[in-house]
Amino acid sequence: MNAILIAVAVVGAIGLVVAVVLSFASVFFAVPTDERVEKLTSALPGANCGACGYSGCSGYAEALAKGEAKPGQCPVGGEETAKNVAEILGVKAESGVPTTARVMCSGSCDNTEKRVNYKGIASCSAAFQLLAGGGKCTYGCIGLGDCVRECEYGAIKVCNGVAIVNEDLCRSCKKCAAVCPKSLISIVPKRSASVLCSNIDKGAQTKDDCKIGCIGCMKCQKACEFGAVKVEHFKASVDPELCTLCGKCAEACPKGVIALPADYSKNE
Amino acid sequence: MVKQLVAVFLAAILTENYVLSKFLGICPFLGVSKKVNTALGMSAAVTFVMVLATAVTYPIYENILVPFGLDYLQTIVFILVIAGLVQLVEIILKKYMPPLYNSLGIYLPLITTNCAVLGVTMLVLEKAAQDPSYTYVTAIVNALGAGIGFLVAMVIFAGVRGRLETADIPKSLKGLPITLVSASLVSVSFLGFAGLVEGLMG
Repeated sequence: MNAILIAVAVVGAIGLVVAVVLSFASVFFAVPTDERVEKLTSALPGANCGACGYSGCSGYAEALAKGEAKPGQCPVGGEETAKNVAEILGVKAESGVPTTARVMCSGSCDNTEKRVNYKGIASCSAAFQLLAGGGKCTYGCIGLGDCVRECEYGAIKVCNGVAIVNEDLCRSCKKCAAVCPKSLISIVPKRSASVLCSNIDKGAQTKDDCKIGCIGCMKCQKACEFGAVKVEHFKASVDPELCTLCGKCAEACPKGVIALPADYSKNE
Repeated sequence: MVKQLVAVFLAAILTENYVLSKFLGICPFLGVSKKVNTALGMSAAVTFVMVLATAVTYPIYENILVPFGLDYLQTIVFILVIAGLVQLVEIILKKYMPPLYNSLGIYLPLITTNCAVLGVTMLVLEKAAQDPSYTYVTAIVNALGAGIGFLVAMVIFAGVRGRLETADIPKSLKGLPITLVSASLVSVSFLGFAGLVEGLMG
């Protein structure tokens, strides 16, 4: 009986000493932490995608608490998160322009043809290394869906050989843009027109490759009253900041490659 | 004296390597040996905790447990003390050495009850019981050697795994199976050191 009591007493005493030392240490060596960091971390979506430019949501929360970052840098959470974050920090939310990813290619199977019949690994990056994709247009979407697999929100699908982003589901995390071997995916404001082509060959060459490709005819540039459309390297592009969605460029385009947000909702 | 310490140190690294010869601490050995960086961080934390744990548990055993006749409670007391110690070290590091705390990161709490750490603290006592010339200092040097041995094993194995990444492995062996096979080969290679230290110091 005595042996048991001694054992219990000794182990208990050691445990007590450890506990007392630890509890004193946690008081004496306490590191003051900003309690807002925890609140901010829980207000953020927790996707840890890094689109804000910090190492995950906790990194962004710390930067916010230190005042190094601004609310509204989180594209995944969007406006709602920005509002919540601003409330915690006690500052006014800056309303960000809602953005989305867009695939700058319209080269579906109806519009362009295959140069070769690629039967390798079903991955854009593999196909790109081998034959630049195997499509007639070397700038166009390969359609093997690297971006589809990368998207955590199920916002991208490959329709008829070309990837399409569902802009209602897209959170602009830029992961698809990073994975596209042809850099076809851009993050643009939702409310802007886009030239859905990335071919910078001369018009005659583009015409050969794809029925719908931008040939750089300048009609859209002339049609735009706001100077938002510019043709460079035989390809038009829209400056989303100047675009007013008047739709004149899309009307003027002989190829019909300029899309307005309304066209996107029709597609869905 | 110095000769004995060097012999103990080298033996702990090469012939009595805790991971590759005694098979203790296999979980971190397989878990965090994917990259050399994390392997180094983990080994540094393990070495640190091994030395500290031995420095604390050795006197506790000699001065508290043995006089009370409680040496059979060694395991539970050591686990308790090591766990508390690691927590304490973590708190102090967080306060005074944030860079070191951040670089050790998750590894410090992870090794609280690492079997290699417990193994070192218990095996040095076993050795001390057999050999009267084995003192407190020898035990600490042994623990340091054990930690460095862990580091050597981790870094070597991280290198092996780096080569595995690009190797053409049969489908059925991919992942853990090939890792275990290569771990056993690394372990066998360490058998070559048997008798080395005795030969050198003999």
